[in-house]
Amino acid sequence: MTHPLLDIRNLHLTMTSFDGAAHVLNGIDLTVNRGEIWGLVGESGCGKSLTGLSISRLVSTPPARYIDGEILFEGRDILSLPAKEVQSLRGKRIGMIFQDPTTNLNPSYRIGEQLVDVALAAARHDASILDCPPNASRRERRRAARRLAGDMLDRVGIPNAEARLDNYPHEFSGGMRQRVLIAMALIGRPDLLIADEPTTALDVSVQAQILKLLKGTVADHFIGVILITHNLGVVAETCSHVAVMYAGNIVESGPVAEVIERPAHPYTKALMASIPTKHSKRGSLNGLGGSVPNLISAPPGCRFAPRCPHAVEACTQTLPKPVQVGGTHHAACIRLTETEDLVDA
Amino acid sequence: MPEPILQIENVSKIYGARRTLFGRTAEVQALNNVSISVQKGESFGLVGESGSGKTTLTRSILHLETPTAGRILFEGQDLALLSSAELRRLRARVQIVFQDPYASLNPRMSVRDIVTEPMLVHNDILNLSRVQRTDRAAELLSLVGLGPQHLSRFPHEFSGGQRQRICIARALASGPELLLLDEPTSALDVSVQAQVLNLLCDLQDRLGLTYFFISHDLAVVRYLCDRVALIYRGELVEEGETDEIFDAPKSDYAKMLIGAMPEVKVRGNAA
Repeated sequence: MTHPLLDIRNLHLTMTSFDGAAHVLNGIDLTVNRGEIWGLVGESGCGKSLTGLSISRLVSTPPARYIDGEILFEGRDILSLPAKEVQSLRGKRIGMIFQDPTTNLNPSYRIGEQLVDVALAAARHDASILDCPPNASRRERRRAARRLAGDMLDRVGIPNAEARLDNYPHEFSGGMRQRVLIAMALIGRPDLLIADEPTTALDVSVQAQILKLLKGTVADHFIGVILITHNLGVVAETCSHVAVMYAGNIVESGPVAEVIERPAHPYTKALMASIPTKHSKRGSLNGLGGSVPNLISAPPGCRFAPRCPHAVEACTQTLPKPVQVGGTHHAACIRLTETEDLVDA
Repeated sequence: MPEPILQIENVSKIYGARRTLFGRTAEVQALNNVSISVQKGESFGLVGESGSGKTTLTRSILHLETPTAGRILFEGQDLALLSSAELRRLRARVQIVFQDPYASLNPRMSVRDIVTEPMLVHNDILNLSRVQRTDRAAELLSLVGLGPQHLSRFPHEFSGGQRQRICIARALASGPELLLLDEPTSALDVSVQAQVLNLLCDLQDRLGLTYFFISHDLAVVRYLCDRVALIYRGELVEEGETDEIFDAPKSDYAKMLIGAMPEVKVRGNAA
């Protein structure tokens, strides 16, 4: 039996603080196959970045503690692998792109050197990346790595890429630096790419280019992508699947078209209603009242219940399990049938 | 025909070449012959990408930057010709809300101090006693959806959306007519953004404010603004009614920008 590329099962993560332990991830289940682009959406503090960081085991323990669950990458549990093996996955099998391009490049090294380093490290895992004979000298390998770095920069749409390799990060604009980071994440030919808000700091025109590039990469190399974002518009245009997170839970997941056209969970509905669209009248946006619950003393039942317009007594008792809405479309809400009626009425 | 509250006439700004450690830097033309007229009571949106000159224009309106050429008139008065005392009085009537609510509140000041500070600065106009200032601060807080119980708290006790409300209360404290909003919601989550946008609409209806709204989020601009100007590399590319620009953009730049806008297309109406 073949394993899915990534299979997160019942992942629980707590963070210790002075005020007590906060239950930050409260049973995450997520399966990503090759060729899929999963959008992970939610408000700040809902755990989407921590989910992404957990996959490459970049959350430091302590203060974090994984109390339950596993993250299976091609069937192997990342959480129980020795540190050395996880290191051999990072940057090679699992690529990451972080939100802030200004702080993730070393300002005192040329762009080319930084890319070559990653390429050489990745080549230790898979020599075919460099495309040079196994007995090549160090100099030949470096030259091949530099060629590859130039190619990658060119592919992410940086004009005059070859010459730009000798520039320092400060000579690049924000959008270009983000593209350098993307090139860096893709240079090791990862099988899984985790992009944490890769376009949040960028202009819409640059954003459109980068998302197109991301889609192209998935199509060309048949990799799996997790795109962490809070922009549902980006998800709608880029992703094949989406998981909506709220306060450490995935409340709704499924194919993008279905979730966006027929959102089932009250939180997803509220999120959709708060986006200004072409037809929203001035002053008519339905913002969500209240705020995200304190995770240290989180309510025992559905964590959205205190803000939910449809909540009843039973909602505050137990955490709702995901219910099938149709196909692979699931929502974790016990009042799905009732709220459906409310919308239709 | 309503009178214009703000007229920007043929404004250009060139940042001169500077000599640095590594040689001379090139001249930068930040604004090139920009003319905009904002009517009293409307919401005017200024859209542009990073580096397009949005901030330079905003700073010029506040007279924090002197244009190289052109005039900026507030109710017919040329800002450049005002004395510093007149300029200070004028600043009571033009206020700004900044992009990042986390960076624009002093963490050591209580909300009362934050909101009453503009009243203190402009007290020659407002003439309020200490007690009156606190009362007004409480009033402003309830206007933006907070309450008098928040007066003695500090910024770190508030969420991003609440902080932006405090910034709006502070901006309203000196009784302005024109509010410059520099990407006031880009640091906020969508659900919170919706609350702040609704608040802005509500305040405008109640207080008759004029908004000069700077953003690169086209969806927000379309939602809030009556008229829009697109600025690209310091030049005004297109200007007009919001619906016209979004439905039938004329310039290539506007077409590209509107085409690049990621959008959730829903057939039915969600909730």
